[in-house]
Amino acid sequence: MTLRATRRNVLSTVLLLSGALGIVGLAALTVGGVHLSPSEVWLGLRDAGMPRVEAAIIVRDIRLPRIMLAMLVGAALATSGTALQALLRNPLADPYVLGISSGAALGAIVALWMGGRVAAASPAMAFAGALLTTAWVYLLGRRGGRLASYTLLLAGVITASFLSAVILFVLSRLSTRDVRGTAFWLMGDLSVVTGVQLRLLLPSIALALAGLYWLSKDLNVLLLGEEEAAHLGVNVERLQTVVYVLASMLTGLAVSVSGAIGYLGLLVPHLGRMVVGSDHRMLLPTAALGGAIVLVLSDTLARTVVAPAELPVGAVTAVAGAPVFIYLLRRARG
Amino acid sequence: MNEPLTTDGRPRTTESRPGVAGACLRVEGVAFRYLHFELAPTSFEAGAGELVAIIGPNGSGKSTLLELVSGHLKPLSGRICLDGHDLGSLPQRRRAQCVGLARQDAPLLFPFAVREFVRQGRHPHVGRLFESPDDEHWVQWALKKTNLVALAGRPITEISGGEFQRAVLARTLAQRPRLVLLDEPTANLDIGYQIDMLRSLRELAAEEDFVAVIVTHELSLAAEFADYLLLLDGGRCVRQGIPNRVLDSELLSRVFRTPVLVDQNPSSGRPRVTWVMP
Repeated sequence: MTLRATRRNVLSTVLLLSGALGIVGLAALTVGGVHLSPSEVWLGLRDAGMPRVEAAIIVRDIRLPRIMLAMLVGAALATSGTALQALLRNPLADPYVLGISSGAALGAIVALWMGGRVAAASPAMAFAGALLTTAWVYLLGRRGGRLASYTLLLAGVITASFLSAVILFVLSRLSTRDVRGTAFWLMGDLSVVTGVQLRLLLPSIALALAGLYWLSKDLNVLLLGEEEAAHLGVNVERLQTVVYVLASMLTGLAVSVSGAIGYLGLLVPHLGRMVVGSDHRMLLPTAALGGAIVLVLSDTLARTVVAPAELPVGAVTAVAGAPVFIYLLRRARG
Repeated sequence: MNEPLTTDGRPRTTESRPGVAGACLRVEGVAFRYLHFELAPTSFEAGAGELVAIIGPNGSGKSTLLELVSGHLKPLSGRICLDGHDLGSLPQRRRAQCVGLARQDAPLLFPFAVREFVRQGRHPHVGRLFESPDDEHWVQWALKKTNLVALAGRPITEISGGEFQRAVLARTLAQRPRLVLLDEPTANLDIGYQIDMLRSLRELAAEEDFVAVIVTHELSLAAEFADYLLLLDGGRCVRQGIPNRVLDSELLSRVFRTPVLVDQNPSSGRPRVTWVMP
């Protein structure tokens, strides 16, 4: 199915999905160790005449930041995956599968290891790690001037496993106090977030999303092939560089606060294509909002399914995403 | 140097004019070098509505010449003029508004609908994000001209080879270029589709007044449909002119390293190339 990319269709899709995101977000606020009614959530958000004081604390200080983080990270990862798929012309590309998340995680851990107490140190290092890994996998996956689909995936998988080994090494050098938290974070964790982080994340992610949307029509043309895009008037090298930097930035930022949450960048664009088609003017906003919805749902599941304990949200997305990846891989070969 | 051509699209055999009156495309001594490959300076001209075919063995530089003619690949020397504009000095987007080049072998992994695929041809004309009704008009027009209206909603990954070639032609037409360059538009097509493709290209060129340059391995079809041929061998244009002049059995036998016979197709009177088994 395809929805034609017109201003009207884009706008109605964005409104529809934003509404859905709002509903999912509100619903997620009610769920947890303490069940709250929607009216309690509403009052807690507005901070007006709370019947229960702890409800206000739960809503505004615990659940709300976490849900907002899930929205930001979900949008960032799904958009990053969509952009990488266009950049690498491979529907199986995903920051996690290609090892880019691992590169970002390594960057963030190195920042922690070196004792970075500056709030921006870990996102910056994660961004750098994502940039380097993307460039590395891209160079490995390129054969004779063309991107070889399976070589690229293999290069990514091997890179991811190599980086995981390096991460384990760095972990072993950390003090035991940090190890457990870091290990949990590595598997994807949205439970620890500060207001500073959110304030840093929101504008940077919004900027990267807007930048990619600005290039959405060029991304469509890039799917036809580099030569074809050039003959249709696209400055291919400049486009690729900008998309590469923005996609790495989104992955780096997401990983620095939430660890390596996998398969979101694969799952969500794939669902998006089934609903709105391959046109990036429709697909990018659909993926961003869809990613936010999916991650809020996954995280709600992660914190309720084994309550009072918690699963890393990365485990939830991997359980859903890995089978989809295998399905897509088999279909691509068939 | 060049065979004169009339503007009604049919070649003439007389040498009455020094160039093409109202020549639209002028390729002036373009040369190129890349690692071990060299393309010697090549010149030719073509008028609006004409179909030029570049023929020659594998690796003779046909596709390189096509890329050079598009203005995208920068020549070592020489220049290409389209309607009096030097293509090399036009900005990329401006050039894409008047030159369309399409290859047939671009792999597609994303299931665009045929209409979306064709719409990509409007890219150089569209503003930053959204098409205008005018753009939609040309998309519909290109679909009609290539008999693809019925398939417009089908995924491009699920149509036949012949339909895909037509979709590529439609995308290039939607671009509304003055110069249409197609690399092997008949590759992987059965004879019916091959003739269909070249006939529509020829008719469209005459109708819409553009110059078409194709690279092809189908010598007899080139003779049938092209106004002008360029025969390349080892990076040199060894002969150019109307099909009768270029398709010489002795020359072709040497260039393609196998004996060939050139006679007349009884139905059209055009040259016909037949392989002779030694």
